[in-house]
Amino acid sequence: MKLTDRDREMLDGVDGEGVALAMQVLVAIGRAFDAEQMCDISRAHVALSNQDADIWFAERLVAGGAVCRVPPTVNPGFCLEFFRHLPGLTPDDMETMERTEAAYRALGAQLTYNCTPYLQGNVPRFGEVTAYSESSATPYMNSVYGARTNRESAQSALCAAVTGRVPIYGLLLDENRKGQVHVHVEPTLTDEFDYHLLGYAVPRKAGLQTAFIPVFTGIPASVSPEALMNLGAELNTGGNVPMYHIVGVTPEAPTLEAAFHGDAPGDPVVITARDLVEEQQMLSAEGGPIDFALLGCPHLSLDQLRAIADRIGGRQFKSEFWVMTSFYAKELAARMGVAEVIEKAGGHLVPDTCIDQVVWKHLAGKKGVTDSLKGAYYTQRRDMEFALRSVGDCVEAAIKGETS
Amino acid sequence: MSAREVSVIGCRGAAPGKASGPAVVSTDAMCFYLVDPPTGTVIEAGHAIEGRSIAGAVLVCPGGKGSSVVQADGLYQLAKAGTAPVAVVVAEFDTVLVASAVVVGVPLVRCAPEDFEQIRDGDVLDVDSDQEVVTIR
Repeated sequence: MKLTDRDREMLDGVDGEGVALAMQVLVAIGRAFDAEQMCDISRAHVALSNQDADIWFAERLVAGGAVCRVPPTVNPGFCLEFFRHLPGLTPDDMETMERTEAAYRALGAQLTYNCTPYLQGNVPRFGEVTAYSESSATPYMNSVYGARTNRESAQSALCAAVTGRVPIYGLLLDENRKGQVHVHVEPTLTDEFDYHLLGYAVPRKAGLQTAFIPVFTGIPASVSPEALMNLGAELNTGGNVPMYHIVGVTPEAPTLEAAFHGDAPGDPVVITARDLVEEQQMLSAEGGPIDFALLGCPHLSLDQLRAIADRIGGRQFKSEFWVMTSFYAKELAARMGVAEVIEKAGGHLVPDTCIDQVVWKHLAGKKGVTDSLKGAYYTQRRDMEFALRSVGDCVEAAIKGETS
Repeated sequence: MSAREVSVIGCRGAAPGKASGPAVVSTDAMCFYLVDPPTGTVIEAGHAIEGRSIAGAVLVCPGGKGSSVVQADGLYQLAKAGTAPVAVVVAEFDTVLVASAVVVGVPLVRCAPEDFEQIRDGDVLDVDSDQEVVTIR
């Protein structure tokens, strides 16, 4: 890979050891993928996780004096302010998150603690070259906006943010953005939950574990941002899908031919209504009494919070009801009276927090409902059992204390 | 283990370094989050090498899988416990695996498919990511 003089200086430690470490990681990635050179990025998003490796690497960069040239938005750990006064967390748990926060603050990151930066706060234009980690973010950037990012790891995205550079390979190049598998969706999808199921069903039905770019037909032009958020999150959890096209919807797919860059699409993988029902049955726990509802993987939007408030209609929750959202949406929900409706019913609006965090340990061994297949998958090791339902059905289940 | 002729194959280096060890060959892609740190034993249900330890071995697998976060944390926990593989040989790179190996410091190389298939479970491998060669003994 050809480095510019400036790249070489960063690699040689002119900007300090932290920047040099970040550059070493990027150079190794460039070499692995036969990149010819590097280029600037305009934006980054880091999948901060508050896990050991995350803290260890961020603190190494800080110790080496690194500060992000392109301040990235970051994923949630858990909200210190919200959970500080609730029972259950040990001083160690708190200290871990405090260390994470201190490290990212020192790195100059935007402390957004939100996994949907593409909905607000870190929104690109068409064609921008960026470095986004987080499984729902990478496909949204590439697909919905036509911005460009590889399927970055938390660490590679942070290295890109520190140096402002990425090696040019993969989805940064036109030829690698070509659609590979035609997927036709037979049923008319109405609920955003259907897109969770669709995203998980596609890699399975296509029989693909390796990375691929599906091209969808049969998805209406009116598809909501939240539906696309769910679709990307699940495609990239059930499979390895950093980008998709939707004919007539996403910018690089005005036609089927354009999505395949002129190649023949081949026989489509057809997703039927039955496939989606089967996907839900396969992954969901059975109905019955529930202890809690846990929503917001990815973080629910303001519109989704409003829908929840409307659905509650003055009733009370029998089960614990937790919704994770961004601090932006929570603030707007408070101003608009939406938060009050949910809280009066006994629900909790939790900002800055991820489903895969220690703060949910009081739910271990219990049964809940969620709309997120991704959330249920990654919390298996936290011993929570989930029935998978639409957001509306989760609200009903928490009001009744059971789900059908 | 049957005696083999020593053969030297080329590779593409990603994470630098060199190491030697017995090959543990998996036909499934690897997610290091689903490996038990105290023992290095693969605990992923239904995985091709479920129940085997990769501690101190050269792990040979088609590639990596897992989210932008869990792969790095999984490999880091193994390295901290001293149960990480000494090197990893794959047929396909992905960004998450490459970044995780570089950051944690486990040599990682990719071999061409015909060379990759020569490697048998139990072969002793010398992996040199810097010189881009793998010696099968």
